[in-house]
Amino acid sequence: MKRPSLNRIAFQTIYIKEVLRFMRIWLQTVVPPGVTTALYFVIFGNLIGERIGEMDGYSYIEFIVPGLILMSVITSSYSNVVSSFYFSKFGHHVEELLVSPVSNWVILTGYICGGVTRGVVVGILVTLVSLLFADVSIHSYGLTLAVFVLTSVLFSLAGFINAIYANSFDDISIVPTFVLTPLTYLGGVFYSIQLLPEFWQTLSLVNPVLYMVNAFRYGILGVSDINLGVAFTIILLFIVVLAGFSLSLLRRGVGIKS
Amino acid sequence: MIALSIRNLQKTYANGVVALRGIDLDVQQGDFFALLGANGAGKSTAIGIICSLVNKSSGSVQVFGHDLDRDPVAVKQCIGLVPQEFNFNQFEPLEEIVVNQAGYYGVERGEAFRRAEICLRQLDLWDKRREMARSLSGGMKRRLMIARALAHQPKLLILDEPTAGVDVEIRHAMWGLLREINQQGTTIILTTHYLEEAERMCRHIGIINQGEIIERSSLSQLLNKLNTQCYELNLGKDLPHFSDQSVDGFVLSRLNDLTLQVEVPKEQSINNLFALLSKRGIEVVGMRSAQNRLEQLYMDIVANSRKGAAK
Repeated sequence: MKRPSLNRIAFQTIYIKEVLRFMRIWLQTVVPPGVTTALYFVIFGNLIGERIGEMDGYSYIEFIVPGLILMSVITSSYSNVVSSFYFSKFGHHVEELLVSPVSNWVILTGYICGGVTRGVVVGILVTLVSLLFADVSIHSYGLTLAVFVLTSVLFSLAGFINAIYANSFDDISIVPTFVLTPLTYLGGVFYSIQLLPEFWQTLSLVNPVLYMVNAFRYGILGVSDINLGVAFTIILLFIVVLAGFSLSLLRRGVGIKS
Repeated sequence: MIALSIRNLQKTYANGVVALRGIDLDVQQGDFFALLGANGAGKSTAIGIICSLVNKSSGSVQVFGHDLDRDPVAVKQCIGLVPQEFNFNQFEPLEEIVVNQAGYYGVERGEAFRRAEICLRQLDLWDKRREMARSLSGGMKRRLMIARALAHQPKLLILDEPTAGVDVEIRHAMWGLLREINQQGTTIILTTHYLEEAERMCRHIGIINQGEIIERSSLSQLLNKLNTQCYELNLGKDLPHFSDQSVDGFVLSRLNDLTLQVEVPKEQSINNLFALLSKRGIEVVGMRSAQNRLEQLYMDIVANSRKGAAK
């Protein structure tokens, strides 16, 4: 068996397995973000948003659409990979991969693509839900898609690292609860950082989610608090660092080999 | 050709436990090899290293001439593993588990489905192919692990206590299947606590104790080392006043009114035993080995090894 062929088939196998996994339980994995987003639109968009007025030249409900879509993508990609890989450790079926000739980068790519696919499926669903509440037109399809996919890749990688280090089910919920959610909520999903005092504006700039939300908002609405070049540099930098770190963990067998 | 060659394999875990103290082992292609040892002797660690589940501390492992350090992909392609614990996804259908396994080894999806059918039929699981693995009985789960390990047609099949907790009927069926797989050319390495299983199935035996190989020979050579063999005789009539005695090398002990235990030395024949019993008017209606021969040897070898280590 030639290596390229082995890697292609192994990747295909992991990817199909991952997609089937979350589609088999779609009621738990795909539908909830749609319901949550609909509630956000009803409460923050319609009920409270009408009193807030315009933000960056858009109605409040239109302003929060990109952030809400990206928030769902971030959460879905992260939770897909962290739960799937941790569960495979917990049930020991990660051993199926470890004893097989699959390369580490193929394992990583398979899981990441599974996370990205769930992010895409959820993103499409949330976008459809948002169309019921707001009149959204996309400023740049290419840019929107690029941020969408890159953000999904980044948070899938973060989920993978979390799963490698996790030793219990508590460990896979600590990071989403105490790190991911605060970063997302404080990443400009519901507001423009220009509304903040200068100190908090500066502090917000260390939050990587801010760059993704703003780049995505630019792709949809054409407005952003952040320079796009800086946003893409930071996203790509995080992806490279996290991917390199994940591969190093796999090579050393951290958390998966004795 | 040598299927498996291990040289000076050592493993010390992070907590300081020394699991392997430099073992050497060769297993020939086509062999049915038993690796025996008590719990914690180092069997599973050795298997874990061969299958890349455990990082070795030092030493080398070669599988069909491929070195584990230099060409792990080639090594892994040769091996099929049936681990001790169930390690498949309990929430996946059986067919998917086997198909995925084949896919990890580079088998195209169409061919993987064909092989899954063959393996599941061979293990009598085809009718259950759409069911979730968690719904299977313990014996079926064991068979599923074998089906999965066979999906990529490995040249070396390693089974870590494959019949643990399996009922007698299924155990016999599995023995038959493993013999068949071995006859088709697959080299098999088996670890087991059932020494009867090793004696029935294997041609060569390795005994591992406290991280060292203390015995490695063919089954027949090993059994030749037995100095005595112990039998239990069922008697036709009561022997209420029989006292234990040693006659012509035979050691006779009364277990109860209708059962005698006899130790037969290696140089004595069973015919002589029956002649002796007949002369004394003892009628024998049944006979069975009091202890599995390999079990007897195993106990002696391990005890000697412990004595040697104590000195």
